[in-house]
Amino acid sequence: MQLQQMYQEIILDHYKNPHGRGLRDPFDAESFQVNPTCGDEVTLRVKLDGDVVSDVSYDGQGCSISQASTSVLTDLVVGKPVGEAFQKLDAFVELMQGRGQVEPDEDVLEDGIAFAGVAKYPARVKCALLGWMAFKDAVARSQGAA
Amino acid sequence: MTTTAAPLDVTALRADFPILSRTVRDGKRLVYLDSGATSQRPTQVLDAEKAFLQQHNAAVHRGAHQLAEEATDAYEGARQRIADFVGADFGELVFTKNATEGFNLVAYAMGNAATSGPEAERFVVGPGDEIVVTEMEHHANLVPWQQLAARTGATLKWFELTSDGRLDLSDVDSVITPRAKVVAFTHQSNVTGVINPVDVLVAAARKVGALTVLDACQSVPHGPVDFHRLGVDFASFSGHKMLGPSGIGVLYGRRELLEALPPFITGGSMIELVKMEGSTFAPPPQRFEAGSPMTSQAVGLGAAVDYLSIVGMERIHAHEHALTVAALEGLSAVKGVRLIGPADAVDRGGAVPFEIEGVHPHDAGQVLDSLGIAVRVGHHCAWPLHRCLNAQSSVRATFYLYNTLDEVDALVDGVREAQKFFGVA
Ligand SMILES: Cc1ncc(COP(=O)(O)O)c(C=O)c1O
Repeated sequence: MQLQQMYQEIILDHYKNPHGRGLRDPFDAESFQVNPTCGDEVTLRVKLDGDVVSDVSYDGQGCSISQASTSVLTDLVVGKPVGEAFQKLDAFVELMQGRGQVEPDEDVLEDGIAFAGVAKYPARVKCALLGWMAFKDAVARSQGAA
Repeated sequence: MTTTAAPLDVTALRADFPILSRTVRDGKRLVYLDSGATSQRPTQVLDAEKAFLQQHNAAVHRGAHQLAEEATDAYEGARQRIADFVGADFGELVFTKNATEGFNLVAYAMGNAATSGPEAERFVVGPGDEIVVTEMEHHANLVPWQQLAARTGATLKWFELTSDGRLDLSDVDSVITPRAKVVAFTHQSNVTGVINPVDVLVAAARKVGALTVLDACQSVPHGPVDFHRLGVDFASFSGHKMLGPSGIGVLYGRRELLEALPPFITGGSMIELVKMEGSTFAPPPQRFEAGSPMTSQAVGLGAAVDYLSIVGMERIHAHEHALTVAALEGLSAVKGVRLIGPADAVDRGGAVPFEIEGVHPHDAGQVLDSLGIAVRVGHHCAWPLHRCLNAQSSVRATFYLYNTLDEVDALVDGVREAQKFFGVA
């Protein structure tokens, strides 16, 4: 059934038990992103330790897709150098914008590959990218400030 | 509103709407509950557009050949039929691209009034003046007024909502004061279906000499509306929500007001005399229809009001009322569903917004979509209303003449399905 293809167990697990949720101090920069079509929002903070993403914390209101993808994001980028985190970001964006035609690399995206089914629903792509765009923006801000 | 007219023969009506018999998402029967966003079009409308394009297409009001004459007749004939349909005179209707443009037309024309001579003086707004709206508005009848206030230094004021989503009219005179220049409000909420007491607001506005601007997007398609009887100064609605084409809307303005109102968009077709030093403008409605207008869309909208008139607006309203009552009853029986807005169907059109505890509206919409049920999810261009009613967003079902009680049942079953899928039932 199509619905299960989209809402993989992994996504539902992250939705029900999100990783890294809650806003924490200290942080270097914060980003607030909103999806104007549905009003979903996320506030996300980034703490960098030199070149390494040492913490990502977030809070927000949103659907299972946006919440789960932000949870997966924290798993993927925390503890990684910014360069590697951005490679993952690029891979995730490519997957989500691929209309279901992109074969995800599990080594790079880990749980993120579960979102391959979401990419077939253009209306939901923005949901999946909400937290990731906040991450990109927060990192840019913290580097701009440094 | 009550009616003694015979109920609709929905099965027969549905045969006029080819799209309703298609399937979606792997063979699911389409259950279209999103007419509040855009309605479907009957073959009568599609055929009228096609016949116009195959037989009479030409630029209107330009050229003296036979096709130009026929196209102009078709265009102006549609204006006349639409005017009859909404209780207005021929010259009081301006074709726009949609309702949004209509609100902007009035707001920008008012903004131009200060530099448009003594005739336009009554439209001038500035510091110390107030523009009144409501928290219930669609962004289309809110943002243009915020912008007018920002451009002119006027102050924006608004009516708040009661906890069940109706206008709080407990102290009308403190909101509509002698400083008010404009009172812009919706006839029927696109989110909750709440129908506002136009008479109360018009009376309060008249008392202080303020202009009224009615958002008729959700009223004109769904019940009998007579602008002269309502006594509003301006009103705007969209063709695509009333079985007509997209790309056409209608702005109504009382004749003496349109005659004094300065133009918004300028260019060809709206002029009287053009010299290098300056120009004078045509009388309304041409003054407000600059450039080559939409043509087959106007003809299609003319066919749509013919169709609606034959079915009967009283009957359509009664039919939607029955569906709304059934939906409210069905949904309130589901544990974990919170209805947004009034719990009853009094003074209310066919819109039912709700939340499901533990299931985000986007996710609920996705489950419904997988069952072939098309609803709207999000804030439906009424963000302030959602904030007032403590909802970040909602699922909204809207009904029209072609919807059935079976479809209401499908919606309620679908909601239960969504709860099951997300493990909250
Ligand atoms: C109440 C209301 N007002 C205004 C609008 C704007 O109409 P349109 O988008 O056709 O300009 C809509 C629909 O979107 C509406 O439902």
